[in-house]
Amino acid sequence: MLKALSNRWAPASGLPLNLQNLVPVISFLALLLAGSVFTEVFLTERNLSNLLRQTVANGLISLGMLIVILTGGIDLSVGAVVALGGVLYAGLTDTLGIVPALLMAVLAGAVAGLINGIVIARFRLQPFIVTLATMGIVRGVVFIYTESPISPAHPAFRALGSALLGPLSTGMLIMLACYLLAGLYLNRTAIGRATVAIGGNVEAVRLAGVNVPRTITVAYAISGLLSALSGAILVSRLGIAQPSLGAAYELDAIAACVIGGAVLGGGGGSVTGTLFGVFTLGIINNLLNLLGVKSFYQDIVKGSVIILAVLLVARKKRA
Amino acid sequence: MNSSVNNSGAGKGVGVHPALSAEGIIKRYGGTHALRGVSVSFQRGEVHAIVGENGAGKSTLTHILTGALRADAGSITLDGVPVTLRDPLEGQRLGIRMVHQHDTLVAHLSVTENILLGQLPRGRRSGLIDWAAAHRRAQSVLDEIGYPHFELRALASTLSAAKRQIVEMAKAVSVVPQVLILDEPSASLAHQDIERMYTFVRRLRDHGTAIVYISHRLDEIFELADRVTVLRDGAVTGSLAVANTDKAGLVRLMVGRDIQDLFPQRSMRDPRVALSVRDLQRHGAFEGVSFEVGEAQVVGMYGLVGSGRTEVARCLFGADPLGSGTITWQGRPFAPRSPGDALRAGVALLTEDRLGDGLVRGMSVRDNAALASLPRDCRWGVLDRSRQRHRVDAQVRDLAIRPTNIERDVATLSGGNQQKVVLAKWLLAEATLLILDEPTRGVDIAAKRDIYEVIGRLVDAGTSVLLISSDLPEVLGMSDRILVMREGRIAGAFDRGEANEERLLSCASGLLH
Repeated sequence: MLKALSNRWAPASGLPLNLQNLVPVISFLALLLAGSVFTEVFLTERNLSNLLRQTVANGLISLGMLIVILTGGIDLSVGAVVALGGVLYAGLTDTLGIVPALLMAVLAGAVAGLINGIVIARFRLQPFIVTLATMGIVRGVVFIYTESPISPAHPAFRALGSALLGPLSTGMLIMLACYLLAGLYLNRTAIGRATVAIGGNVEAVRLAGVNVPRTITVAYAISGLLSALSGAILVSRLGIAQPSLGAAYELDAIAACVIGGAVLGGGGGSVTGTLFGVFTLGIINNLLNLLGVKSFYQDIVKGSVIILAVLLVARKKRA
Repeated sequence: MNSSVNNSGAGKGVGVHPALSAEGIIKRYGGTHALRGVSVSFQRGEVHAIVGENGAGKSTLTHILTGALRADAGSITLDGVPVTLRDPLEGQRLGIRMVHQHDTLVAHLSVTENILLGQLPRGRRSGLIDWAAAHRRAQSVLDEIGYPHFELRALASTLSAAKRQIVEMAKAVSVVPQVLILDEPSASLAHQDIERMYTFVRRLRDHGTAIVYISHRLDEIFELADRVTVLRDGAVTGSLAVANTDKAGLVRLMVGRDIQDLFPQRSMRDPRVALSVRDLQRHGAFEGVSFEVGEAQVVGMYGLVGSGRTEVARCLFGADPLGSGTITWQGRPFAPRSPGDALRAGVALLTEDRLGDGLVRGMSVRDNAALASLPRDCRWGVLDRSRQRHRVDAQVRDLAIRPTNIERDVATLSGGNQQKVVLAKWLLAEATLLILDEPTRGVDIAAKRDIYEVIGRLVDAGTSVLLISSDLPEVLGMSDRILVMREGRIAGAFDRGEANEERLLSCASGLLH
C-alpha cells in the first residue's frame, strides 16, 4: 500500500534517496532524538499516544489543504469549517445519534467546500479571496447555530476521538485511512491525476479535454469534508464544542503541507510528504509544550521552521 | 528629443567602425543550434533588414544583440569597442534599444509612465516625481514619432494592439538610440501608421542611428531598407545591398534547402471529405474561412504569424469560443464547446507552444502522455498503471522517444522528444483529425524526420491532418493540398503539384492574389 502513497510527482530518475530528499527524514529523526534527550516524558507511552491524538486534527485538515494546493489554490476557510463540523456533530448527537450526526457534520463541511470550489472554478476568482470570505461566512453561521459551547450527554460521544483500538485512537485510524484513500485518489484515479497536473499547467490540462472546473471544485469539496471530519473528531476528544474552535488552524495546515514539500501555487507535493509535515509539526508542538516554552515563543519557533522548510524546497528546485 | 546617450562613451571613432557588429555568434539550446557562427555589422545611418523564416534565428540574434541572451561564443563590438552585454539594461545604457514584437508594456500604468519607465523626471528639491514634466517629455517623444495627439494618461491595458505598438516605439526612442532594433514593427499596425513609422525610421536613420529591421514582409524591405541580411537555419546565407537584389532572389536565399528526403512517400488517394468548414468567422480573428480536409489527407495551412491560422485551429478544437459558420465532421454538424467535446469526437490539437500549453513540466513522460486519455487507463474508476505503462511504452517505441524511461520528468527531454511526447498524448487519445500547429518548431532535424514519418503512417491509416506551419519545405513536403492564410482570410489554395515556395510566400505576404 505504501507504493500507492509514494510521491509520483517527483520523477523516479536518478537515485531515489539523495541527500536533499533525506533532509526532512534526518530532521525528523533529530527531533525524536532531541525529544528523548531533553525531556524524560517524551518517549513514554502516555505522551506518544497523546501526541498521536493531537496530530489527528491537523492531519486531516492538511490532507484536504494538500489537494487544494496541488491545484494551485489555497483554502483559508478550513478553520471555520472545523468549527462547523464540530458544533454540528456535538449539537446533533443527542437528537440523531452518533453516526447520523457525524454524517451531517461531514456533509455540511463538504457543502461548504463545494461552494468554495464552485465560486472559484466557475467564476475564476482568486482562491485566496474567496476562501477568506467564506472563512468569515462559515464562522458566522457557526455562531448563529450556537453562541455557547455544546457538551452532549450521549455516552459514546467521546469515542470518536478518544477510544483506543490497539495502540491507536479511532481518530488516528480514520486519519490514516483518509491518507490511504487520498493517495489512491491522487495517484490512481483519472480525476486525481488531473488534480496534480492542473497545478503544473492548467492550460495543458484544459486542452487535454479534462473538465478543469469540476476537478478544482471536487478538490475544495474534499478539503471541506476533511476539515469538518477533523472538527468532529476534535470535539469528541475535547468533550466540548466551542463555536470559536479552529481559529488560525489554516496556518498549521499550510505549514504542514509546505514542510512536507508542497509548493504553494501548485507544481509539487505529496501525501507522504504531508504526513511527514504533520508529524514534524506535531512533535515540535509537543516538545515545546513538554519543555514548558510559552506559546508566543512556540509561534516564533514554528514560524522559523516553516521558513527553513521553504528554503530547503527552493534550494532543491534550483539544484 | 533628449540625447543623453551620446555621452555614454560609445561615440568614439564615428564613421570608422560600424555602430554595432557581431562576429561568429554561436548559440545552442540543448542539442539544437539556434545560431551557428553568425557575423553581421550594422552601419550608422543605414536601415539594415534581417529576414528569414520562423526558426531561422532572427529573434535569438536580436536577443543577443540587446543583451537579453548571452551567446555561447562570438563577440559583439560597439563602435569598434568589444562589449559584453550581461542584460538588456546594459545594452540600453550603451544605446541599444529594441521595439519588441510582443507586448512589454506594464498593463496598469499610464502611457506616460510606460514610455518613461525607469527614467521619470523628479523634482530637484523634493525628489518626488514631477508628473507635469513627465507628461511633457512623453508628449515630446510622441511628437517626434508622429503622434501629437495621444492619450498620455490612458492605461496601457485600455489601448488597442496598434496603439500599444506605438507606445512600444515611443518607449524605445525616449532617448535617441545608437542602434534601434525593430522586431516585426508593422505586424500590428494599420497602413497609415506604417507610413508614419517609416517616416520616423528614416528620420532616425538620417540622424545617424543604425536601424536593425526584422521583417517577414519582403515589400517593406524594398521600401525601407538599405541592406538586407538573410538568415537560414541559424546561419547567414547572404548579406547584400537591397539595390542589388529582388524578391525572388531573397526568397531563394530564405528557403533554398534540399530536404526532400525528409518527407515520407505516401500513396495519394482520392479522399472522401471528412471535415468541412464553411464561412467560419470570429470577429477580429478570421472571417470567411472555408475549406475541406479529406480522410487520409494532409491539408497544409501556411501563413505569417498573426494571419489567423492558430485562431482557426483553436476554434475547431473548442479551445476558443466558436464564432459563426458551420463545421461538418464525419458527416455530422460539429460545434465543440470545449476541448473535451472535440476530443470525444476524435479531434485533437497539438498547440504551437509546447511548454506553454502542451506539457506539464515536473510531471513524468508517462503522466504527460496519458493526460488526454486517462479514462481509458481506468478499470472500475481506478487507474490501471500497468495498462497505462503498456500504452505509453508502445508510443515511446513507435515515436522513438529518447530516453525510453517513461518515469523521467518531461522537462529533462530535448525539444524534439518533448514534442513527440505531446504527439503521443494525442495519439493515445485516438484522434482521427489531428490539427498540428507548428509541430516541428524548435525541433532538431532527426526528430523532424521521425515526426514526419509518424504523420505519414497515421495518414496512411486513415487519419486526417491539418498541418499549420510557417516552415515552407514542411508544408510543401507533407501536404496534399495547401491553404494560405493572410490577415484572417484564406488568400489562396493550391494543389500539391501547383504549389512552390515562391508562390506560397508571395501569396502569404499579399503579392499574389
